[in-house]
Amino acid sequence: MSEDAPLRFHVPEPEVRPGDRPDFSNVKIPQAGTVRRPRIDEDAEQFRDLAYSIIRVLNRQGEAVGPWAGTLGDDELLQGLRHMMLLRAFDARMLMAQRQGKTSFYMQHMGEEAVSCAFRKALRDGDMNFPTYRQAGLLIAGGYQMVDMMNQIYSNEADPLKGRQLPIMYSAKDHGFFSISGNLGTQFVQAVGWAMASAIKGDTKIAAGWIGDGSTAESDFHAALVFASTYRAPVILNIVNNQWAISTFQGIARGGSGTFAARGLGFGIPALRVDGNDYLAVHAVASWAAERARKNLGPTLVEYVTYRVGAHSTSDDPSAYRPKTESEAWPLGDPVIRLKNHLIVRGMWSDERHKQAEAEILDEVITAQKSAERHGTLHAGGKPSARDMFEGVYAEMPPHLRRQRQQAGV
Amino acid sequence: MPRKTMIEAIREAMDVAMERDDNVVVFGEDVGYFGGVFRATQGLQQKYGTSRCFDTPISELGIVGTAIGMAAYGLRPCVEVQFADYVYPAYDQIVSEAARLRYRSNGQFTCPIVVRMPTGGGIFGGQTHSQSPEALFTHVSGLKVVVPSNPHDAKGLLISAIADPDPVIFLEPKRLYNGPFDGHHERPVTPWAKHELGEVPAGHYEIPLGKAAVRREGKALTVLAYGTMVYVAQAAAEDTGIDAEILDLRTLLPLDLDAIVASVKKTGRCVIVHEATRTSGFGAELAALVQRHCFYHLEAPIIRVTGWDTPYPHAQEWDYFPGPARLGKAMIETMEA
Repeated sequence: MSEDAPLRFHVPEPEVRPGDRPDFSNVKIPQAGTVRRPRIDEDAEQFRDLAYSIIRVLNRQGEAVGPWAGTLGDDELLQGLRHMMLLRAFDARMLMAQRQGKTSFYMQHMGEEAVSCAFRKALRDGDMNFPTYRQAGLLIAGGYQMVDMMNQIYSNEADPLKGRQLPIMYSAKDHGFFSISGNLGTQFVQAVGWAMASAIKGDTKIAAGWIGDGSTAESDFHAALVFASTYRAPVILNIVNNQWAISTFQGIARGGSGTFAARGLGFGIPALRVDGNDYLAVHAVASWAAERARKNLGPTLVEYVTYRVGAHSTSDDPSAYRPKTESEAWPLGDPVIRLKNHLIVRGMWSDERHKQAEAEILDEVITAQKSAERHGTLHAGGKPSARDMFEGVYAEMPPHLRRQRQQAGV
Repeated sequence: MPRKTMIEAIREAMDVAMERDDNVVVFGEDVGYFGGVFRATQGLQQKYGTSRCFDTPISELGIVGTAIGMAAYGLRPCVEVQFADYVYPAYDQIVSEAARLRYRSNGQFTCPIVVRMPTGGGIFGGQTHSQSPEALFTHVSGLKVVVPSNPHDAKGLLISAIADPDPVIFLEPKRLYNGPFDGHHERPVTPWAKHELGEVPAGHYEIPLGKAAVRREGKALTVLAYGTMVYVAQAAAEDTGIDAEILDLRTLLPLDLDAIVASVKKTGRCVIVHEATRTSGFGAELAALVQRHCFYHLEAPIIRVTGWDTPYPHAQEWDYFPGPARLGKAMIETMEA
């Protein structure tokens, strides 16, 4: 007979559930400006502190402080605010369009606007993102036309992807935006491959991979890290930790590791954690990592600490698994309001101008929406032809598909 | 004309492709310095350098996933999965990503990759070194699936596969690497150096994907075969004395349906042979197509001769393997029907 007590099975649980009082006491937030800025060629072994802390620039007074401040000029900051406001307004309109039955599905960015909008400004034209479904800010901040995004969401006759992809699964090669997959995590290792190719060809372009906290559990994540590390690929590996993988809290995928960023350390990849709701901090860290990649110093792993304010998608109801007021309790605040306050502190912005900008942006989004809807919505108006369904599976249509197209009568 | 083994022919195909196009890169487990466990990539790293031919971590998912990213950039990766049995960790990348990239991005991104892998049994590899997973790939829209049966075809087909704008699964019957298997396992292997199909032209030539080859002309019966089974079919035809026509399919996707239909309409009988397990195997697709297109010409039911629906056993390998005795029995049954 064994004298050991019976083993107990452990399943991590979030601190609170619906009906409980929101509690983020486990999110340790250092004061803005207090986390050091390492040299870009510093050895990965020296990054432990940066993989466990949170790099922040904007303090509670709206001031930009510390060694990571100062990467953006006035005009760039105003542009950044505009991009985030545009993305938020775009989301609101498309969410409504989905509720009106104009499309089947939508995923919004509420609370995470700074991550993709600020990151895009650290890249150059020709660099390539391998995004997941909550980085439309890469397109907005990259100057991609909203009407094309809407055409894709509506799967209408002007959809650049001919109605083949779920709404929001954009693809825009000329804007450095790789085709989105519904199978999570697959793009992370592909980003590494793209970066390896750039290095093989002696090019100067870099790649960025994107993954959510939940999908880091996929094997693709680990394959990406080992290949990036082995070949010192010029790639920025981004983990957006928005706390929730649909209804599953980030502690399930994270397991016993201290942070997601810390996973890079075991691969010898410099790893940083950054305040994902701080436009200035995101831009500073992304620029730092991009410079490392461009200088042939290899990959960087970045964890963006943020919060998914909205539902996972239009098919999700977060009130079933987390307190309704949790998003308000999120200690890193709203990225739009934080940048707005910073601009006001700098004397470049005001509440009046903000209100005016909101109205202008709404007009712009509505104009784009009207223009897109002239080409149809999912269930009304122009749509891609059924003949298109058979095109583009292969470069040249093979005989069996030609026969099936004839059989379908299109 | 020089005679080569299938391994040498495959190596020559990669050499030719790498020489003609700087964008062709070759990588996988052990393929760099060592030249691959079957030596298919021997010498390529020395000739083209470590940025064109290199070793990878043991991660099939990583090999195929990075190849997809490279292809999206504009390279033409030709990667090796050490055994077809190891491809499953990369299956999602092949099926959900490589196969669909052109379609889902409406041609903005394409995926001209080749995934080479040794397939099939007959070398006492047990159940993890003997599998024939072709049906798992022929079921996937967007892929092409090739199975050569001799060195001459292997070189021409692989050059075509590397030049192809779409992803190609290139299954190499490892039983044929060093010589044709003439169907009877107790008989010694004839080296390719003594076989006419071991004649491999130097330099560049292509064999188009999607075209079958008639390996033996006949009037009484059509045997549909590919890879190692082409030789089993030849042995069965000799053993039974049946005037069988043997069609080597060479490419399973896209399939040369015209050649199949022409042959079966001529002979009126059809036996299908493959090494993979039977249920939902590629033979089922062939049988359905023949039934649909040749029904009024058929004089007997179509029979499938295949591996059994078990994992590939080690000690009972030759009981599992559909050899000429089993195939011959089916051919006689078909003739007597």
